[in-house]
Amino acid sequence: MKNPALIFLGAFLINNIVLMRFLGLCPFFGVSTAVETATGMGMAVIFVMTLASWITWIVFNVVLLPLNLVFLRTAVFILTIASLVQLVEMFLKKYYRTLYNAMGIYLPLITTNCAILGITFLNIDNKFNFLNATVFAIGTGIGFMVVMITFAAIRERLDLAPINPSLKGYPISFIAAGLMALAFLGFSGLFGLM
Amino acid sequence: MKRRNLFTRGLVKENAVLVLMIGLCPALAVSGTVRDAFGMGLAATFVLLFSNIIISIMRKKIPNEVRIPVFILIISTFVTIIDYVMQAFQPDLYRALGIFVPLIVVNCMILGRAEAFAYKNSVIDSILDGLGVGLGFTLALTVMGAIREILGNGTFLGMAILGEGFKESPVIFMILPPGAFLVIGVLKALINKYVKKETQ
Repeated sequence: MKNPALIFLGAFLINNIVLMRFLGLCPFFGVSTAVETATGMGMAVIFVMTLASWITWIVFNVVLLPLNLVFLRTAVFILTIASLVQLVEMFLKKYYRTLYNAMGIYLPLITTNCAILGITFLNIDNKFNFLNATVFAIGTGIGFMVVMITFAAIRERLDLAPINPSLKGYPISFIAAGLMALAFLGFSGLFGLM
Repeated sequence: MKRRNLFTRGLVKENAVLVLMIGLCPALAVSGTVRDAFGMGLAATFVLLFSNIIISIMRKKIPNEVRIPVFILIISTFVTIIDYVMQAFQPDLYRALGIFVPLIVVNCMILGRAEAFAYKNSVIDSILDGLGVGLGFTLALTVMGAIREILGNGTFLGMAILGEGFKESPVIFMILPPGAFLVIGVLKALINKYVKKETQ
């Protein structure tokens, strides 16, 4: 079985979810306008990603696989994640008010976030066991948060820079993200990981 | 609105990827080669077209309160169909697209058309709208795939077109992830510069 520490590093740096796998681009470009919102969104993603990995791993291996219902994977996963996010939101609102204030408004956005669903599919495709799936989800979530915060800091500077009007907004953000991805390419081959 | 406009609106003027900037994840992820980009575009068009048809047929039956889960279920049905069809008949393409085939289910373009158009309009109009938006998505992906494949590999659909000399030292990073961000950034800047002026 693969080493959990290597899975963590691979998910965090080498196959970074945003810059290398292109998942979760909507929040990456939409919510990364300020460092504070980027942090809130990042925390919410780590939290939901880990929970979703647990639940879908259990649903897949305990329900779908023994009952030969693997073809229902897509429908079951998206519904599981949607109801999970609703449940988490209600739970936090009632019992953990400070946590809810910090990341509550980002939770509904996460339901249709392809990063969450993508990670649950990758857990299954890579045939991870429960521990590795957890480590993979946490590593991916932290990778998402680090890149979000870095990118938000870059964008805060970009707002003040004199930029050609046709490059303002999305185009310059894409190009900045491209340069970040180029920097992250440097991590490939780290510890012999691909 | 005229029927013809329903089709062309989604194709060009409100192009999902290049103008509205939605459905970005697959657009950037699978546009490394023309074949992958075109295949992904057609798969998404299939799902969009049929989910639009079913939702507009059932629009009077779906209760307003639970419409989003119903939409998601209908969409995921067609995603599962295309997932299995592709796996059976185009295994190479299926392997290249990877998890982005099942992830069509969370493409905001498709849920967006269901909510904004198919739930309120007739079947014929929804078919035209679905085809327009879907083929617009295919067009945007294919353009990006062509730019990236030609510069990054010197080929178009696998045929060498920039000569053998270029093939030995292509702009390799264009087919790697950073190239995707750069290509869409430059395309969007060109659109801002030349297209926006005409419409204003």
